[in-house]
Amino acid sequence: MKMSGAQMVCEALIAEGVTTVFGYPGGAIMNVYDAIYKQNGFEHILNRHEQAAVHAADGYARATGKVGVAMVTSGPGFTNAITGLATAYMDSIPMVVISGQVPLSLIGTDGFQEVDAVGISRSCTKHNYLVGSIEDLPRIIKEAFYIANSGRPGPVLVDIPKDITAEYGVFNYPAEVNIPTYRPVSKGNDRQIKKAVDAILESKKPLLYVGGGVVLGNASDLVREFAKLTQIPAVETLMARGVMGSDNPLLLGMIGMHGNYASNMAMSETDLIISLGARFDDRVTGKLSEFAKYAQIIHIDIDPANIGKIVDVDYPIVGDVNDVLQKMTSQLVGTVNPDRYQAWREILARYDELHPLSYNDSDEVIKPQWAIQRIGEMLGKKAIITSDVGQHQMWAAQFYPFDRPRQWINSGGLGTMGFGFPAALGAKRGVPEKTVVNITGDGSILMNMQELITAAEYNIPVINVILNNNFLGMVRQWQTFFYDKRYSATDLSFQPNFKALAEACGGIGYDVATKKEFDEAINDAIKQNKVCFVNVAVHRFENVLPMVPAGGALYNMLLEHKDQ
Amino acid sequence: MQEVRRVISAIVMNESSVLARVSGLFAGRGYNIESLTVAPIPNSDLSRITIVTKGNQRIIEQITKQLNKLISTLKVIEHEEMVEKEMVLIKFPASEHLSDIQALCHAYNGGIVNAGENIIIAMAADESKRIEHFIEASQRYNPLEIVRGGIVAIER
Repeated sequence: MKMSGAQMVCEALIAEGVTTVFGYPGGAIMNVYDAIYKQNGFEHILNRHEQAAVHAADGYARATGKVGVAMVTSGPGFTNAITGLATAYMDSIPMVVISGQVPLSLIGTDGFQEVDAVGISRSCTKHNYLVGSIEDLPRIIKEAFYIANSGRPGPVLVDIPKDITAEYGVFNYPAEVNIPTYRPVSKGNDRQIKKAVDAILESKKPLLYVGGGVVLGNASDLVREFAKLTQIPAVETLMARGVMGSDNPLLLGMIGMHGNYASNMAMSETDLIISLGARFDDRVTGKLSEFAKYAQIIHIDIDPANIGKIVDVDYPIVGDVNDVLQKMTSQLVGTVNPDRYQAWREILARYDELHPLSYNDSDEVIKPQWAIQRIGEMLGKKAIITSDVGQHQMWAAQFYPFDRPRQWINSGGLGTMGFGFPAALGAKRGVPEKTVVNITGDGSILMNMQELITAAEYNIPVINVILNNNFLGMVRQWQTFFYDKRYSATDLSFQPNFKALAEACGGIGYDVATKKEFDEAINDAIKQNKVCFVNVAVHRFENVLPMVPAGGALYNMLLEHKDQ
Repeated sequence: MQEVRRVISAIVMNESSVLARVSGLFAGRGYNIESLTVAPIPNSDLSRITIVTKGNQRIIEQITKQLNKLISTLKVIEHEEMVEKEMVLIKFPASEHLSDIQALCHAYNGGIVNAGENIIIAMAADESKRIEHFIEASQRYNPLEIVRGGIVAIER
């Protein structure tokens, strides 16, 4: 059947089962938008900035596990999308971004709104394409979806010159992809798995180190089953919150710079790390020469390049965590004796008693940790929590009772401020039955606040809880600790009226200063079912603790909460 | 960890952006390129990129893994048992002794490839170390210009 390249784009998206596209039109992508106007296979959400459109597609992907789709125009439309691509790339999020490009004949001439999209995005996409002819278009879109969501997932860019979307051609959407140069490994090596199992049986202090790969691979149930069978304690990375479940007695907590004492000590004293879809990020390891000095390492990862990148590994296993865990579990049934690790579990329990995750609550001013715990009490499993980047993000990761994977959505790798609100819109569109709360700060929320309009127009009721300390809090915390309290460019006391801002854009605003007001505002926000800002005045100088100073050993944590 | 020199061949799709993907990978991750040679593989839609690099064992391992990870890469060979050759072209003034230069070239698997009114052009193809010796030895004939070609290698 003959159709335009623009129609082909729409037909391909429909064939891929896409139901929501986030985007922003412009000159070079107009043909596609014209085709979108004439179809009803998917809805298009008009975000108010390309960065937000890509973050929304990303949030949609994280919440649903499906490939998120965003569409932007050439030039500035595309460069605005770059932060979104880099964010998704760092966290391995499956996404396809379609960008318009100037016509083929203009490429390389510094045409209006021309930018070398594939050149710019090469290092922050899993793969990218500049479509060179209409004959290639269906195959490229098919490949883009396949690459995005197979192996280690990631964002793929398809850059389409305007003359190709205008041209007519025969649309035969391929049923399968055939990329001889791309064959992701899925099955783990049996001999390596056997050796790893033997190491587990011989260890005395094993530790499950659970990373975001478990979420991406939908392997959470298997990890819980493995832990239950072996009674091996577990730590989660920032990206893995929710995998074990907050009430799981084997979960020690979060590992890393703001991990809890027991988790970081467990990592420092374990004799065998069982790494599941984690990548030994510098925020996890602290000072490398002091990291897990007594441990052998089993590293299970779908990306061979992650293995041996940061630490030397004793048992490298390349493969899908589902396959590897199934095999390991079946070999451990009947052979593992959970009592073997009893003494180890007791040591760790004592560590947790010694320095539990805590804060000093106050009756005079709302503590940000309290606010997060309170949301947890009020909404618990019913919510999806997104966050921006900074102190509020760490407190949310520490104090919210996450009970399932994909409940916690944040920019862990790139640390993108402005991610939370648009990601929340995507999450809510993908999983409408859940309440979606974006826990944010007074710095981050301003970086994509234009999404109030998007949320209001499409009636996407996202609750933004702004933990407002009139500071760029995390940078301020570093300045307090390491820069002799020189608060360079972090004082945000000059503020918008957040309540009025939300209302000006068709949402609801709440100003909250007491616990009572907080409860009332959250309850009302849930009831109103509209986009809102809950502006919470919190303690200005609260710090995120524990904290491993950058470059320090994981076991050297700042622990004390002293009110300032 | 000790730095080693490695010759790595990447067999990649012969498409317009592939060299940028490879060189961008090296630049972006801070890997070092001593030389890089690229040419299509006959009777295929593939190209061979031969890279000489230096780094410790962890870096070399990362280079091969990251190259493999590129969607356009079919295969990566970290050469151990190989024959490697590099080519060099050297331009001399015609006032130098043609026969002396020719004798020197013979010692390095080369010869005179062009002799004109004003200049003589010589070439040699050999291992990189020997090419360096050839360039050193050529100094006494007042070379005007030296062009090195980068490595090609084939596994034995």
